Amino acid sequence: MKQWIVVRPPQVPISFHLDRRVPSILVCLILATLVAMVLSVGQGEYPVPTLDVIKTVLGVETSNPDFAFIVMTLRLPRTLVAWGVGMGLAIAGTITQGITCNPLASPGIIGVNAGASLAAVTLIVLYPDLPIALIPLAAFGGALTVAVLIYLLAWQGGSSPVQLILVGVGCSLIAGSLTNLMVTFGNIYNVSQALVWLAGSVYGRSWEQLMVFLPWLTGFGVLSLLMSRELNALQLGDEVARSLGSRLELQRGLLLLSSVALAGSAVATAGSIGFVGLMAPHLGRQLVGPSHEGLLPVAALTGGFVVVVADLLGRLLFAPIELPCGIITAIVGAPYFFYVLIRDRNS
Amino acid sequence: MSIVPARRQLLQSPIPLGLGLVLGIGLLLVCFMASVGLGVADISLKTVYQALTDFDGSTDQLIIRTVRIPRSLTALLVGSAVAMAGAIMQGLTRNPLADPGILGINSGAALAVVGSVFWLGTTSLKVYAGFALLGAAIAAITVYALGSLGRGGLTPLNLTIAGAAFSALVTSLTTGILILSQRTLEEIRFWLAGSVAGRDLDLVVQVLPYLAVGMVIALVMGKQLTTLSLGEDIAQGLGQKTTWVKGIAAVSIILLAGGSVAIAGPIGFVGLIVPHIVRFWVGVDYRWILPYAAIVGAILLLIADIGARLVIQPQELPVGLVMPLLGAPFFIYLTRWQVRR
Repeated sequence: MKQWIVVRPPQVPISFHLDRRVPSILVCLILATLVAMVLSVGQGEYPVPTLDVIKTVLGVETSNPDFAFIVMTLRLPRTLVAWGVGMGLAIAGTITQGITCNPLASPGIIGVNAGASLAAVTLIVLYPDLPIALIPLAAFGGALTVAVLIYLLAWQGGSSPVQLILVGVGCSLIAGSLTNLMVTFGNIYNVSQALVWLAGSVYGRSWEQLMVFLPWLTGFGVLSLLMSRELNALQLGDEVARSLGSRLELQRGLLLLSSVALAGSAVATAGSIGFVGLMAPHLGRQLVGPSHEGLLPVAALTGGFVVVVADLLGRLLFAPIELPCGIITAIVGAPYFFYVLIRDRNS
Repeated sequence: MSIVPARRQLLQSPIPLGLGLVLGIGLLLVCFMASVGLGVADISLKTVYQALTDFDGSTDQLIIRTVRIPRSLTALLVGSAVAMAGAIMQGLTRNPLADPGILGINSGAALAVVGSVFWLGTTSLKVYAGFALLGAAIAAITVYALGSLGRGGLTPLNLTIAGAAFSALVTSLTTGILILSQRTLEEIRFWLAGSVAGRDLDLVVQVLPYLAVGMVIALVMGKQLTTLSLGEDIAQGLGQKTTWVKGIAAVSIILLAGGSVAIAGPIGFVGLIVPHIVRFWVGVDYRWILPYAAIVGAILLLIADIGARLVIQPQELPVGLVMPLLGAPFFIYLTRWQVRR
């Protein structure tokens, strides 16, 4: 059977080269995510039966009028935020690993998490009286500032992946150390709050936050998908990419911008949920191989699924205490990742 | 990805390299004396000397003997051990990002200590040291085992991926405990920042054997590490039993990194930056890189600790937090200078 599916619309000047496993895997991932979402919306301190969850979302009257409030106001936006954030982080991680040619790279490497964390923790620990709504704004600002700083510092008449990583590590360490300074010396109550944010949580997220995040996710998600062929070329190394006709700096710049914007807005929305950006691309590659046209959407859906499930587990495991979903993504993701690593040996 | 190429080496042949080493030891002694003498209570070098040779029990001499010397000794040992561990890791994994943090050693130690505070309510630095060493060893062995299970065995790639994944997992568990228990957070957050303050000689003596054995192994292994850092295929082609070399190197990493996190808590950055600085001076030969790394690491941590003490007198900052602030700008400058396109 043919290994590749070529998508080349007659009017639009783009062409996609997909592994033939992509469509079926996409469908499976979407179905799995839907099931996880329905479960997630139903579970909590006040359980809603599965059928009633589906009815409420579809706008059908249910026996209990409270269900509409619980589902539509409290749980659904939270679950959708978890899904979106997971997708954003996964795409950002795939791009970062692609342009740096380093499987260790995650959005954290280009300073996004460190910048966002520093800004958010500063606000939580030093200025606890300011409105909470400012935290995402500050986090995004911090992410952007540090990312731009890293790009500028790494620029020497052109950018290079190794430079980006090394400068990124340096800047992340500075920001991380300032964050730790506040965790070490701050008021203990505020520090506790900051830790929840640092671990990454979608607790209490609303439609408004989803609506603010959505344009970033769709805009830069689509941009990354359109640039997936360029991403493939960049992976072959600078010389090969240039000889294939890539406009290196422009493309790398645009891809970096997408990665920063996606990870930055995700972190601003839900705190630094680690692990997803690092792992989703690996899981995606296990499923559909390294070609980015198929990898990007598959990794995105994988990331979204993981965060939705993590949020659900975080609510159930130690109920009534909630563990932030960032902790669960690590606990759930790591063993699976190791399983993949081991299974890969025999393939 | 390969190690950042050292395009220019300042000292190349054995004679300047040897002289540089002697100079380095001299500089290290100066820094050590400065670290003993400088502080909130300013004590003259003469008193320092007398405290060692002619102890009379005065307050100044007591400070020197019970506070300053253990502290400076801790900084010196931890600095050299972490730097050497970082150098070995970068050679072994051929990844310029490798440091004790990346192989999960710091996070493993942190989880063990945080867990012991949470479940057992320990509060003494000595007990922390035991748990830290245990956690570091378990972490390193786990990462090593997991890394060797991947395709192609213990490749640099598998090792770093396993390390990053393990580290992420363990850090999350630590944060989880700190979120569940504010008491634990209050008890442990200063230790987690990484510091050499308040260490006594008993603690240093308790961990010294681990560090000493680790250092000796590392120095003896210099030649094998140089070969291995060229790539596993080349090393095997040259007749090296790479599995053995990697195993022994791992033991040395556990002893060095585990021992230092046991006395000082997780001090990042030294293990990452020092090997890069040193390679810039001496090139790619680990027989020279390792002793240089030990000296430069010790000097760096001593200077950082003096800074941490003096910046906001009479309070002081944990040196683990000062380290990145001091070193990162230099590190960025270094990579800009070194990795030209």
